[in-house]
Formats: sequence, C-alpha cells, structure tokens
Amino acid sequence: MLSKWMKVTVLGALTLAAASGAALAQARDDLKVALQLEPPNMDPTSNAAGAIDQVLYANVFQGLTRFGPDGEILPDLAKSWDISEGGKVYTFHLAEGVKFHDGTDFDASDVKFTLDRARAPDSTNAQKGLFAGIDTVEVVDPLTVKVVLKAPDGAFPFKMAWGDAVIVAPESIKDIATYPVGTGPFKFEDWVQGDHVDLEKNPDYWGTPAKLDHVEFKFISDPTAAFAAMMAGDVDVFYSYPAPENLPQFEADPRFQVIVGSTEGETIMAMNNARPPFDNKLVREAVAHAVNRKEVIDGAMFGYGTPIGTHFAPHNPDYVDLTSLSDYDPEKSKELLKQAGVTLPLKVKMTLPPTAYARRSGEIIAAELRAVGIEPQIENVEWAQWLSSTFKGAHDFDLTIISHTEPMDIGIYANPDYYFGYNNPAFQKVMADLDVETDTAKRSALLKEAQTIIAQDYVNAYLFQLPLQTVAAAGVKGLWKNAPTQATDLTGVYWEN
Amino acid sequence: MTRYILTRLLSLVLSLVAASVAIFLVIEILPGDPAAIMLGVNAQPDTLAALRAEMGLDQPMVIRYLAWVGGMLHGDFGTSYTYHTPVAKLIGDRLAVSLPLALFSLLLTVVIAFPVGIWAAARRGSAADTLIMGITQLGVAIPNFWFAMLMVVLFAINLRWFSAGGFAGWDKGLLPALKSLTLPAVALALPQASILARVMRSALLDTLSEDFVRTARAKGLSRAKALRRHALRNALIPVLTIIGMQFSFLLAGGIIIENVFYLPGLGRLIFQSISARDLITVESVVMLLVFAVILVNFLVELAYALVDPRLRSGR
Repeated sequence: MLSKWMKVTVLGALTLAAASGAALAQARDDLKVALQLEPPNMDPTSNAAGAIDQVLYANVFQGLTRFGPDGEILPDLAKSWDISEGGKVYTFHLAEGVKFHDGTDFDASDVKFTLDRARAPDSTNAQKGLFAGIDTVEVVDPLTVKVVLKAPDGAFPFKMAWGDAVIVAPESIKDIATYPVGTGPFKFEDWVQGDHVDLEKNPDYWGTPAKLDHVEFKFISDPTAAFAAMMAGDVDVFYSYPAPENLPQFEADPRFQVIVGSTEGETIMAMNNARPPFDNKLVREAVAHAVNRKEVIDGAMFGYGTPIGTHFAPHNPDYVDLTSLSDYDPEKSKELLKQAGVTLPLKVKMTLPPTAYARRSGEIIAAELRAVGIEPQIENVEWAQWLSSTFKGAHDFDLTIISHTEPMDIGIYANPDYYFGYNNPAFQKVMADLDVETDTAKRSALLKEAQTIIAQDYVNAYLFQLPLQTVAAAGVKGLWKNAPTQATDLTGVYWEN
Repeated sequence: MTRYILTRLLSLVLSLVAASVAIFLVIEILPGDPAAIMLGVNAQPDTLAALRAEMGLDQPMVIRYLAWVGGMLHGDFGTSYTYHTPVAKLIGDRLAVSLPLALFSLLLTVVIAFPVGIWAAARRGSAADTLIMGITQLGVAIPNFWFAMLMVVLFAINLRWFSAGGFAGWDKGLLPALKSLTLPAVALALPQASILARVMRSALLDTLSEDFVRTARAKGLSRAKALRRHALRNALIPVLTIIGMQFSFLLAGGIIIENVFYLPGLGRLIFQSISARDLITVESVVMLLVFAVILVNFLVELAYALVDPRLRSGR
C-alpha cells in the first residue's frame, strides 16, 4: 500500500518537474526591474532627476547621439555627422523611416524644435548649459540638420548624448510629463504613480527591435524591502541595489547574479577653498593625507568602489592615477598643519547630505581627521537644504561629501563661483583650450593636465568612484555593467533558458 | 442634541482654519527651493527663475495662501510641482490604498482586541489574564516594522504565500488587492490590537467595580451577564476614543509600514513630496489628514452621545 502511494507521489513529482521544465524552456519575454527612486515625472528635458533617465533613456527616448555601455559616443537618431569650419558647424544626417510612438514622423524639424526649446529664454532644461554654445539650428532638408555653434566645440556630440538632449516632438510635448512619446524600441504604456511604470515593445521600431515584450519598473527605496523583493522573486533585476552588505549573500546564491560596475560618480569630500581654513593649500593637503581611502571604501562601501586621486572616472581612457599624491600619511598631515600655522584643534563644519555613502564616509573621515587634530562638527542635512545652503546661495560649509555623477564634469573646476570656490587661472586656461580643441590626442593631453593641476592643488579630497551594483536573476542577460550615464538600457536584455 | 452637534461643528471649522494657517506657514519656512531640487546641480539662474514663475512661486505668500485655501474650498487642491498632476488625483490614487489598509487593520484590531480584552477582564487575576497581559505588553513593545520584516521573511521569502510588497491594484480584482494588503494590515494591527485589548480590559474592570454592577450582581445576575448587559456599554467610551485615535494614526502613520512593503500610500506620498519640496502637495495632503483627524474626532464625539444618553440631553 505504502509503495503504491510512493509510486503515485514519485510519478506526480516527475510530471510536475516535466511540466515546469517545459515552462522553463519557453524563455520569458517580460522583465520586472526595480529602481530605488521613482521618477517625479516623465520629462527628461525639464527635470534633473536621474530616475527619469533610468526609466526612459534609450528605452523610450533617443537623442542625436547616445552613450554606449562604456561611455563611448555612438550615433543614434543622427546616423552620422560632418564637422566643418574647424568644429563650429555640425551637420547631422538623420536616420530614415523613424516614427514617434504616436505614429507621427520624425524629421529635422523635430530636432530644431527640441534644440530651440531647450535653449529658449523660458526653458526649464536642467542642463541648459549643454545648449548654450548653439548659435543657430537650420533644417536643410527633412533628414539633415545644420547646427552652427558660437565657437568651436569638440565635445558637442558628447553633449547631445545626454538624457536632457533627447529628441521630443511638438505634437506630444504638452503631456510629456505624464505621457512620454519618443522614438525608442519601447513605448510608454502606463504609470501608476508611487508604484510602477510599464513599457511595452514598440512593434514599429526603426532599428534593431527589443528582445523583451514587456518591462515593468518598480520603485523600492527601503534597503530591507529591496532585499525581500529580490529574495521573494517579486522583481527580476534590482538596478543600483541599495544595500551592499547583502551582496555576498546574493553572490553565493545560484538563483542570482551580482554585477559590479562603475558609474560617472566621483565621490569627493569638497573643501570650501574660498574661506579659511581651507583657502590655505597646506591645510587642504593635510586633510588629503589624513584620509585613508581604503578604510573609507571598506567601512562605508563594504569594499566596493575604486579609489581616485583626482576628479576623473578611472574607466575613462584619459584617466591619470594620482592617488599617490594624497596617500594616507597622518604624520605628514600633522607636519603640514604645523607649517600652516593653524591653531589645533581646528574646528570645522562637515555638512552631510542624506545619501548612505555620504553619511557613512563622513563618520569615518571625521574620526580620521580628529586623529591629526582637526575637529569636524558633523551636520546632517536634507537634500533640499544641502542644495540651497551648501551648493547654492551662501556656500556655508567647510567640508561636505558628495558624488558628482555628471559624466566628464572636470570643467566645474573652471568656475570660480562653484560651491567649492576654486579659482585658478592656469586651470581655467586649460579648460578654455579644451573647449576649442577638436584633435583627439591634444584633447587627451589637456584632460590629463587638468586632472594633475587639481590634484596638486588639493582642491578637494578625492575618495572613490561610486560603484554600481546590480542584482539580477541568473537568467537575465545583456544588462549594462557600468553606468556611463544614468540609464537602464534594456534594448539588448533577454532571458536565457 | 442639536446644540451639542452645532458646538462640535463650530469647533471643527475653527480647528480647520487654524490648521491651514499653521500648515502653510510651517511648510513655507522650510529651507529648500522646489525649483532647485527639480533642476539639480547644473541649473542656471535664468532656468530657475523661469521654473519658479511657471509654478507661481514668484507670487507673494499671502496671495499664494488665499489661492490655496480658495482652491480647496471648491475641491481644487492645485497641481503638483513635481508630478505635474492635480494633487486631488494624487491623493485619490493614494487613498485607494491607504483607506482600505487603515480600515482593514482597524477591523483586525477590533476583532482581536474586543474578545481578548473582555475575556481577560472576566478572568481577572487568573493565569490566562496574566498571560494575555504579557502577550499584549510584548505586542505594544515590538516595533511594527520589525514584526513586518519577520512576516516578510516567513511568508514571502520562505513560504512564498505572499509577495514581499507592492500593491496589486484594485483593477486586478478584490482578492489580489486584499492579499497584498494583508501582511501590512496585520503588521499595523498587532500593536494597535494590543493597546486596545488592554484599554478594553481596564475599562471593563473599572466599570465592574462600580455600584450599579454590584447592584446588578446583587439582583442575581451572573458575573458574565452583568458584564455583558451593564458593564460593557459603559466601558465603551474610552474604547471608542482609542479607536478614533487609532484610525487617524493608521491612515497617516503607516509611513514606515508603507516603506517596508513599498505600498503607494499617503504616507509615502507625504514623505516623497517633503523631500522633493513639492510644497503644494505636502500642504494639501497634510490638510486632508488634519481634516480626517478632526472629522473622526467629531464622529467619535457623536458616538459618545449615542452610547451615553446624558450627553444627548445636553446635560
């Protein structure tokens, strides 16, 4: 009797296994992706929130050019371009047969509309500076646009790759904040605010079609909830996973894969160069030598993150490793403080925005600074407060920790009004030369020189490149490892059996 | 009775006006510029000015206050700065999650607390009573988010009976929607039920020692009958007060639980709008919650009158 029951049970189990095997053989064509933050709206051309690009960039919206997986500039809606008059005139040749998701045609007039709208006096584009160099935009024919710049600019194709420069159409601009209409391989389906955004495959896509039929973005900011959602199988991919402490557990579990890559985020401890005590280079150098990058990365980032010695991404081919200029040497720090003639303990204010990396690094660095005689008073602030009092306005801070996530943003050091108040004409000249240089080798040399100047001036304490950690179900293929821009490009993502 | 209701109504209106002024002032003096948050670190001054003008932030404060209150009076809560959607719609969408969740957990609270509280009161001093008091003490002490996480580990990660969070949406049907609210409702209800059971028990014990209960017992009623017929109704006033407070708390205070289960509820809306300085949304949602609290208090006071005839006659 018992054996008969066992047979039935075994048979049943086999049937079940066969059935589930059959189900597995059919590769899934939908994907649930979790992000930490929800986009406030669906308009990448009027809001700085990275979450908007994380949902829409490359998936729904496309620009003239785009960032590739490693930050290279690739053609997108412009299949090619000619540069003339020494880098002052760009003629873009547009892809043919492109339609917006509402069925209207994409042509040169949409490009002109987009660029003119972004640089108009009433424009609310968060990166209006990208378009500041444009003098005129001219429609030559439906597939050709001529952009005349005020001065030569070798980085113009780079600027056009940003999420803030994606091409939008006049027909659909009114409702873009809630109903985005682009040209990409996915089209927007619906957005249940506070919960999820649905995208579906664009059947009429002009290029290589997407492999997934349906994508759902979910928004989970709580680290514990993120862990539970992955473990319970509620989501397939967690992009920019918020709790690095859980990663070893996912790595050990065959159901998951952990992808660790890099971002464009240079995490720095900025010093206020415009006022005492950090207007004194010796004091800044002392701070740089008091910081132990390894301790910060291990303690605040659970070992993830590449040390940096200047304001440049290590994965960039033009990066120079300058970490030895500011190696950990507390004795040298004390010596430098003595030379600077400041009274110890030196009381300073350390303002920390709410991100986990800033708060954790801040605690560790504060302890390291105390060891050499600098007494930081930690002040935790909200993001809104950080923006209005530290970054803008009075720049009322001595030290602050922040990740500069814009790609290739070393140019901020040429602006003496920028929040860390660095004013060096020699550096400003290098940047001015770079702006008009179109030769690749010479550009590279200038970029290296720029990195070295700011490292030798100890403008800020350079900590680490912010890592990107993605946790995904084992069968998901084609995800980007790095984040050259804030994007979750799903155009090449598929399930492997 | 009419006079009782009228005085209550007048105090309701006055509280609302005072609350609207307080909310507006507190939120206006918060540091942080909504335009700067939306446009981020590379925003240029002319862009910021353009956006501020678009959002009406260049108007004087008094005019903005009057426009806000005036709008609310005819149901217009304004348009969210960040979402570009009418605030009324945002609130409506979130209430579709928060209100059922609050009612669900309140129902659980009452269903658990009433029998437990009555049972413990009837067996005062017994081992069962001590045990219940111990358990409810624990229920009050355990943080609900921690209890929520334990439930997620057991029911979502190990047993896979429920998903770890998120809201299925009412359009997917009643059962999936209620299922996604079950773990959060239980997590919210546990401490509330413990509190309410304890209140129920002590309120009953207080009335059980009153003269009229002794009289009832002297007339020959059993302890259980005396409790049911005479003590229970008199014990309901403090219990109703607590239930009213609990409902307001459950409606607005679910922020942490909503985060643990990433539910798109009112709590998270407030949290997100405060960090994004979406002032108009914060102001309107907080105002709505204040209105809900005041309204619930008003209803509770009316309920007192139903339970206690002395209040009806205006004393």
